[in-house]
Amino acid sequence: MSLPRATLPALTIALLTLPVGLGLFFTLAPALGYMLPPGPAPFMQLMDWPGIGPATRLSLTTGLAATALSLAITALVAAGWQGTRAFTILHRLLSPLLSVPHAAAAFGLAFLIAPSGWLARALSPWLTGWQTPPDLLIVQDSAGLALIAGLTAKETPFLLLMLLAARSQTRSEAHARVATTLGYPRAVGWLLVAFPALYAQIRLPVYVVLAYSMSVVDVAMILGPNTPPTLAVQITRWMSDPDLSLRGVAAAGALWQLALVLSTLALWRLGEALAAGAGRALATSGHRLPGLSAGLKALGLALGLAVALSVLAGLASQALWSVAGYWGYPDALPDALSVKTWMRHGPMLWPVALTTLFVAAAAALAALALVTGCLEAEARHGFRMGAGGRLILYLPLLIPQIAFLPGLQVLMLTLGLREGLWPVVLSHLTFVLPYTLIALAGPYHAIDPRSFTVAAALGTSPAGRFWRLRLPLLLAPLLTAFAVGFAVSVGQYLPTLLLGGGRVTTLTTEAVALTSGGDRRAIGAYALAQTAAALLPFALALAIPRLAFANRKGMRGG
Amino acid sequence: MKHTLALPLTLALGLASPALAGPDPESLSTGLTPEAWQEVRAAAEGQTVYWHAWGGSTTTNAFIDWVGTRVKEEYGVTLEHVKLSDTADAVGRVLAEQQAGQNEDGAVDLIWINGPNFAAMKGQNLLFGPFAESLPNWQYVDVENKDVQTDFTVPVEGYEAPWAMAQVVFIHDEARLPEPPRSMAALLEWAKANPGRFTFPQPPDFLGSTFLKQALIDLNGTDEALSEPVDAADDYAASTEALWSFIDALTPNLWRQGRAYPQTGPRQLQLIADGEVDLAISFSPGEASAAIANNELPPTARTYVLDGGTLGNASFVAIPYNSSAKSGAMIVADFLMSPEAQARAQDPEVLGYGTVLAMDKLGADERAAFEALDLGVATLSPEELGKAQPEPHPSWTTRLTEDWIAKHGVKE
Repeated sequence: MSLPRATLPALTIALLTLPVGLGLFFTLAPALGYMLPPGPAPFMQLMDWPGIGPATRLSLTTGLAATALSLAITALVAAGWQGTRAFTILHRLLSPLLSVPHAAAAFGLAFLIAPSGWLARALSPWLTGWQTPPDLLIVQDSAGLALIAGLTAKETPFLLLMLLAARSQTRSEAHARVATTLGYPRAVGWLLVAFPALYAQIRLPVYVVLAYSMSVVDVAMILGPNTPPTLAVQITRWMSDPDLSLRGVAAAGALWQLALVLSTLALWRLGEALAAGAGRALATSGHRLPGLSAGLKALGLALGLAVALSVLAGLASQALWSVAGYWGYPDALPDALSVKTWMRHGPMLWPVALTTLFVAAAAALAALALVTGCLEAEARHGFRMGAGGRLILYLPLLIPQIAFLPGLQVLMLTLGLREGLWPVVLSHLTFVLPYTLIALAGPYHAIDPRSFTVAAALGTSPAGRFWRLRLPLLLAPLLTAFAVGFAVSVGQYLPTLLLGGGRVTTLTTEAVALTSGGDRRAIGAYALAQTAAALLPFALALAIPRLAFANRKGMRGG
Repeated sequence: MKHTLALPLTLALGLASPALAGPDPESLSTGLTPEAWQEVRAAAEGQTVYWHAWGGSTTTNAFIDWVGTRVKEEYGVTLEHVKLSDTADAVGRVLAEQQAGQNEDGAVDLIWINGPNFAAMKGQNLLFGPFAESLPNWQYVDVENKDVQTDFTVPVEGYEAPWAMAQVVFIHDEARLPEPPRSMAALLEWAKANPGRFTFPQPPDFLGSTFLKQALIDLNGTDEALSEPVDAADDYAASTEALWSFIDALTPNLWRQGRAYPQTGPRQLQLIADGEVDLAISFSPGEASAAIANNELPPTARTYVLDGGTLGNASFVAIPYNSSAKSGAMIVADFLMSPEAQARAQDPEVLGYGTVLAMDKLGADERAAFEALDLGVATLSPEELGKAQPEPHPSWTTRLTEDWIAKHGVKE
């Protein structure tokens, strides 16, 4: 570790900012009238599109509602149940859901709740009397309720894990205990005292959820309304319209989406201030709200369970579809089971799975090395990342992908770089890095510095302290951070498609291509393979520390 | 812009055959000499062809996989299927490369393409050619009875090679709907009596646009104006009046009252299997039989055409001007027109696509392979399908789609 102190942090910052900045520039240039044949100004065309009002409103309402709901469920679950056995079980149920790819979860949910879906089939016709499915607009409803539900189911596990990771950096539990001794019911005390400090720690992840929910494409295509669709889906359509003049409109739309996300973030910030004021007023009023607590507890558990079960049942339905013979309505189960789908897709699945694993492993390893290097540089030289640094870290997650990836593709071509595997790995790295840092920073800072002081006093060099003390102590968190990065890479669709030039096929690009058709069996097989690929490193992250430290319980991590 | 076309033409055919080094478009359209074809074969050996084709159908993917195996054995050409969710992604890719000045060694070698995408690429000079009518298997193609030399009225002029015939059919489940409506007027009456039991893929999905065109033609009769660009047809409003009053009356009686639509054709089939609708439009006469074999439709699914006939067109492959493997791409395009590939594509167990070949141009053995095919329980015979109606000019597709979106596609 004799690198100049700033090398790794500088490299990391470059990897986070350059693709976003350059990509944005090259995406937006056409919107501003450069690089395009003359025609009606793209912004005029955008505003003339009859769906612009509803699509904009949908992007706003679904993004805000999904974020508020995920945050509320996370807070309620933690408020009511933290430290109990039910919480441990719920936590165990929710953690693996983090690695379920978004498209797979959305498909599962769609099949679950549709009028001809699994729930309806289980109850029909004996209970409902529905010989044919009722003509109800449940999935793809105009208000985007199904989309909100799908996003909430995927984002709640993420926020819950973020919240748990933030615990070590606040004295929230001690504060909540004080509130309890002052006579506040547990859940109310937690919400009033512990939550504000925790929220300050998870603010950026919440912004990421908001930005993501407002601009998501794959989930919105599956669960969202389509007359008109959300803004991000419509931009993607313009981007791929045979009428090539619409690319300028797509660029203008991307700029509009960016402005929308940024102003909604500002709006959310304002909401934070209002909520903080209300909370403070409530806390100082001295009301103990005893009746509310039991209700909040029950609601938290019910919503947490609903989130976990809907994703798990959705996955189960996909597993069943992948082996189903004919499965018509209203049968609760298929006529026959058959391995035909797996026989047919198995041989094609292997090479694709290998590419997926290779890209994910390369991106996650690179991210882990960079992140560890950055954190070590921080620790040795005593500088901490300020608010600006944390913002840079979150930049690729806060800017809608659709706003900068197409530009990045044009840039690469302009520079004469070939699309392919390595550009894909690099583009994944931009998205994997932030999550890896989020996952590792907490545990890194949580290690008691006195062990290092002792080691230094015994004459161990900085490098020796790093290799022989820091890394073994961090084995479990390192593996978890690697697994998180790996899962993030497995789920990437747009970067793989655009920077791979279509030549890099992963389980996710295959699954999304299949969803444009209607073969639920093939979709099920690919979604399961995709989920398995993302889950694999999580399983290893649990197993390896247990094997390596079989006789040292304290080292096994969580 | 002519230069961008001339250059790759020189490259591919010039490299392939010294005799053709100064390529003369006239000599190309009359066919490659057998010697020149040998040169193309030699140049193709060892090339990798990236075929960008829609990847949403399991049966199509399996067929393309088989084509890859065969051209590898026969010609040493490696075929990679780049599975798209939308063909226009490949068009955008070539356009991005053109904008970036990457005029050779592009990412796309071959595209499955049709109608508006073809018109756009041809108009922007993004295609290599003409090559199609020079390919050896062109001699078997049915140019008299099948519309393989225009694509949505746009002259193909050898810039794409046909590989399948498609015709509109409607799929119904005989168990639930034994007597399906056989005209658009009857469809409206039936939908009013059975609200929520019909839908169509949402335009601009090509099958959704096809439904609009089919309704237009069925309500108006074939109109001369349709073969001209919309701008030239002075009476767009009059021509489409019947269509829009039909659509306005139909929409509230559609599945989900027209507030949501399936995104693609295959999703409609899933809706039939789910019992949500009773009728679906398809552009592939053999799709229903293939879907039954694949457990995606009930065994009681059947197809029919409207009494007044239905639209038909050919599926094509085209080679971008900057393809990195033009010889290999021509080998694949030629193989797709071979009697062997055509007979396999027509097999409903495989694809169920109509052939582009003329049976009377084939040898007895080759014809026997087609005659031996069991077209499947839900597939109509060529006589039952009748002669396909010609596609309107692509500008009609664009205009009808735009108007539908403005009236019904964004109303929440």
